[in-house]
Amino acid sequence: MTRDEIKDLILEIIEDIDEDADFDALQADKPLRDQLDLDSMDFLDIVMELRKRHKLQIPEEDYPQLATLDSCVNYLEPLLSDA
Amino acid sequence: MDIQQHRIVITGVGLAAPNADNLKDFRKKLLAGISEITEVDLRYFGKAPAGICSFPETKYRKKKENKRGTRAGCLGVYCANEALADGNLPIDHYLSSRIGVYIGLTEHGTVETENEVYNISKYDYNVDYWTHHHNPRTVLNNPAGEITMNLGITGPHYAIGAACAAGNASLIQGVQMMRLGEVDMALAGGISESTGSFGIFASFQAQGALGSAEDPRQACKPFDLSRNGIVVSEGACIYVLERLENALARGAKIYAEIVGYAMNSDARDFVLPYDVRQAECIELALERAGLKPEDIDIINTHATGTRQGDIEECKAIRKVFANAPKTYINNTKSIIGHAMGAAGVLELAGNLPAFEDNLVHPTINVKNLDPECHLNNMVLDRPVQLDSVQTILNNSFGMVGINSVVIVKKYQ
Repeated sequence: MTRDEIKDLILEIIEDIDEDADFDALQADKPLRDQLDLDSMDFLDIVMELRKRHKLQIPEEDYPQLATLDSCVNYLEPLLSDA
Repeated sequence: MDIQQHRIVITGVGLAAPNADNLKDFRKKLLAGISEITEVDLRYFGKAPAGICSFPETKYRKKKENKRGTRAGCLGVYCANEALADGNLPIDHYLSSRIGVYIGLTEHGTVETENEVYNISKYDYNVDYWTHHHNPRTVLNNPAGEITMNLGITGPHYAIGAACAAGNASLIQGVQMMRLGEVDMALAGGISESTGSFGIFASFQAQGALGSAEDPRQACKPFDLSRNGIVVSEGACIYVLERLENALARGAKIYAEIVGYAMNSDARDFVLPYDVRQAECIELALERAGLKPEDIDIINTHATGTRQGDIEECKAIRKVFANAPKTYINNTKSIIGHAMGAAGVLELAGNLPAFEDNLVHPTINVKNLDPECHLNNMVLDRPVQLDSVQTILNNSFGMVGINSVVIVKKYQ
């Protein structure tokens, strides 16, 4: 997957969690949780969706790498290179 | 401590029934005998008649919260908010720490667990795919807790598990907590999301106790010779309970005063009801209310449309009300099905407007009355107009031998 595709994937998952999520003013280098109505359970939903959609088993110690949209893309890019 | 001195009244009603999402429409449809029981198609099970509620699910919280929570929580949040609105009671009228939420449930977690097992079946039963939402969704206090989160209530909240007597049981709990001075206002009621569980339908079917008919609206037929079982419904009803003096002080509309209640146990069978204990329960509620059987104007029967259940309740009523020629009897399930944990409170709500219109809504679907279910003054097909309705007695019984009776009186 390209970086743009990964970005779209994350936003699509977030939209599934909260269809009212507003991405217009979203800053890719700022924590998602500070900008969207997301909490720790929603964050686990993102992890679960990545597991379901792409068989990704993200270890707990890597969770902080999913904090921002940019860091998500950076972290997921090598893992989804063949996807 | 004289805990009986507090008079507890109902000052708000919020409901979601299979044929209405507010008391006014509910009453109208009950009087007209309009059933909206439909047919559902359940995973593994197939088609069955069932009562499904249609209500504005996002009126009081976002879709995201409905998705995270449970159907029971969604029903509860709607009804709790509607009850407050109906009671013209802003949530900050009472201290949030002095409000209690007591919710009766027949079961909870069944739907969520079935859904999750189905979910992991698509992943070769790998439990890595089991949702982290499972525990907060399935704890028994979930529906009551979702209400407190939505309304910012910091007083106690919990569930009363009492099979199909749970609605009445939570109402009783609310009255007791108000009388004990534990809280100053209670949101008490019951909720059923059981129509989401194939297992509940399959279990009733395995018992030979699942109602059916070509037209689903005719599937629930208590007292009829052709009755063949229960029609499972979802639903919810939550009351605002206040102390009489507080209700009067704020000029609240008072629907009714809860003057008597009782609960007891059959102590003998997992599923079969027992008229002797039911009669004892009714007598105890009457005694506590300081009423005689002939003082009761309306009995809302529990009868679910099972052969023995209906007969046992009729035996109990015949025994206690043998000399009560002015007591009228109806059955609300014939119109809305069996809303399980919500049944008692929902059916009582449907009868409450009788204090204003003096009408007894009818039992429908009785074409051939089972002689063993014959009771004097059974209201069938059409409503009956009485000169005056002052008291309503509400029966609600459940599996594993649990009985509950609530008596309410017109406030004047």
